[in-house]
Amino acid sequence: MAVDAQTVEKLAELARIAISKETIDDVSSRLGDVLQLVDQLQAVNTDGVEPMAHPLDEVQVLRRDQVTEPNRREEFLALAPQTEAGLYLVPKVID
Amino acid sequence: MHQLTIAEIIRGLRDRQFSSVEITSHLLERIQQLDSQFNSFITVTGEQAIQQAAAADARLAQGNAPALCGVPIAHKDIFCTNGVRTSCASKMLDNFVPPYDATVVDNFLQAGAVSLGKTNMDEFAMGSSNESSYYGAVKNPWDVERIPGGSSGGSAAAVAAQLVPATTASDTGGSIRQPAAMTGTTGLKPTYGRVSRWGMIAFASSLDQGGPIARTAEDAALMLSVMAGPDTKDSTCLDRPTQDYTANLNESISGLKIGVPSEYFGEGLDSEVGARVQEALKEYEKLGAELVEISLPHSKLAVPAYYVIAPAEASANLSRFDGVRYGYRCENPADLRDLYMRSRGEGFGEEVKRRILVGSYALSAGYYDAYYNKAQQVRRLIKQDFVDAFQKVDVIMGPTAPNPAFKLGEKNADPVAMYLEDIYTIATNLAGLPGMSIPCGFAHGLPVGLQLIGNYLDEARMLNIAHQFQQASDWHQKIAPAAQ
Repeated sequence: MAVDAQTVEKLAELARIAISKETIDDVSSRLGDVLQLVDQLQAVNTDGVEPMAHPLDEVQVLRRDQVTEPNRREEFLALAPQTEAGLYLVPKVID
Repeated sequence: MHQLTIAEIIRGLRDRQFSSVEITSHLLERIQQLDSQFNSFITVTGEQAIQQAAAADARLAQGNAPALCGVPIAHKDIFCTNGVRTSCASKMLDNFVPPYDATVVDNFLQAGAVSLGKTNMDEFAMGSSNESSYYGAVKNPWDVERIPGGSSGGSAAAVAAQLVPATTASDTGGSIRQPAAMTGTTGLKPTYGRVSRWGMIAFASSLDQGGPIARTAEDAALMLSVMAGPDTKDSTCLDRPTQDYTANLNESISGLKIGVPSEYFGEGLDSEVGARVQEALKEYEKLGAELVEISLPHSKLAVPAYYVIAPAEASANLSRFDGVRYGYRCENPADLRDLYMRSRGEGFGEEVKRRILVGSYALSAGYYDAYYNKAQQVRRLIKQDFVDAFQKVDVIMGPTAPNPAFKLGEKNADPVAMYLEDIYTIATNLAGLPGMSIPCGFAHGLPVGLQLIGNYLDEARMLNIAHQFQQASDWHQKIAPAAQ
């Protein structure tokens, strides 16, 4: 199954990953190979089969909504590329 | 001293034959002398290791030492380590120093183990050859022109090169078992949820599972005893009591029923690899086991289902790397969109980007039912094959990988060919079952792995079955030429 350059550009936009114009053909052809591989699934009869979310069919565990972790704001902010006044900095969003 | 297993190191330390500082220094020296050939470590934490070893020696002297007190290990660079760079072998996290320890890392600290550093891997654990690391490929100690397997290639190579007796690793589609097979080591992927994933950087959350790579099944049991157990910080971690996995190692396996799936011996299997696996099965017959032919009819669908589910989950998990809160940020972003696009475009390697794009495709509007939902249905069919098989047998055996270690660069141009290297290991992850790889001989002069697949939470029995084989064979004791 072929993937055209337009589809790759749309996926790159959805995934927020810049793909250079030079590599787009290569990415298209490799993505096509992978999609051809996974298209084998379409031939399988799965009528009435419940999709499997957890191998042991466990359900989500609930706990009390209690504070268990200390506030480590400074340590976590220190990991960021750019911060100011206790906030993460990004390029201006609104003019 | 570097030949010693963990079991022997524990005895040596308690009998005062050597100290933890001595063995730790010895291994650090070996890493410094030899690892430029293998590139199995990304970060070596020598100073910290010596401090931990000295503290362990003090505890040993006091006589109240915990299980692995003073034993040197290393962690795959996917486990967060407080104050030590945790890169996941990606440019994206080249500067990431976590302010906390993963639960697995903490468990080893509590057990008194000494960490020598962080091992190399495929970027974000996506690969079967350890060639996608930002820090360069890992080389196989059995032949440095060949790959060590992946994604836990550094963890496996470091053990095979006798730089460390055992390592932590993780397995999403075979990433513990396949490199163990390629390097002649013993690797164990536990039941999904047996080991906490908290602080283990997520790839595909419904498949990821941590486990050990070691030189013997006994050492894997000692490691798993530390790693496994419930964790309130990981809601998918099983809330079932853990156990001492060494307790049953010496039980007889007479009467054991071994299921041999015909689908694991068909087209694509190297004939020498197949022959070594058959010889191992004969050895098991000598030990009193009975071979039962079984069928896992949906085996062929495991790779296609995996390459929908794993990329889909990866695309969601890796959306957290946005250049805002931690990790790589591009230079001079024009606006927020440009910051996201270029930080991710420049910070991720090719294979990671490819998988995120495939995952985005499978999850995008109009395709969810046809891909992700369909794959999850097929996943249940694959699981049911195993459930049916375990009605008749105690354990399933076959090859871990279809071929021995291939040459560096050999499969880089063809992602699908690389994906098919995991054809026998992936189904176990999809079903959530525990699996092991143990050495069972050589093909074309390279190590071959025998794969064991156990029933849910049957790790102790699987380790017993592996240990009994290692009592009757010496393949696990063969030493890679470059390690001598």
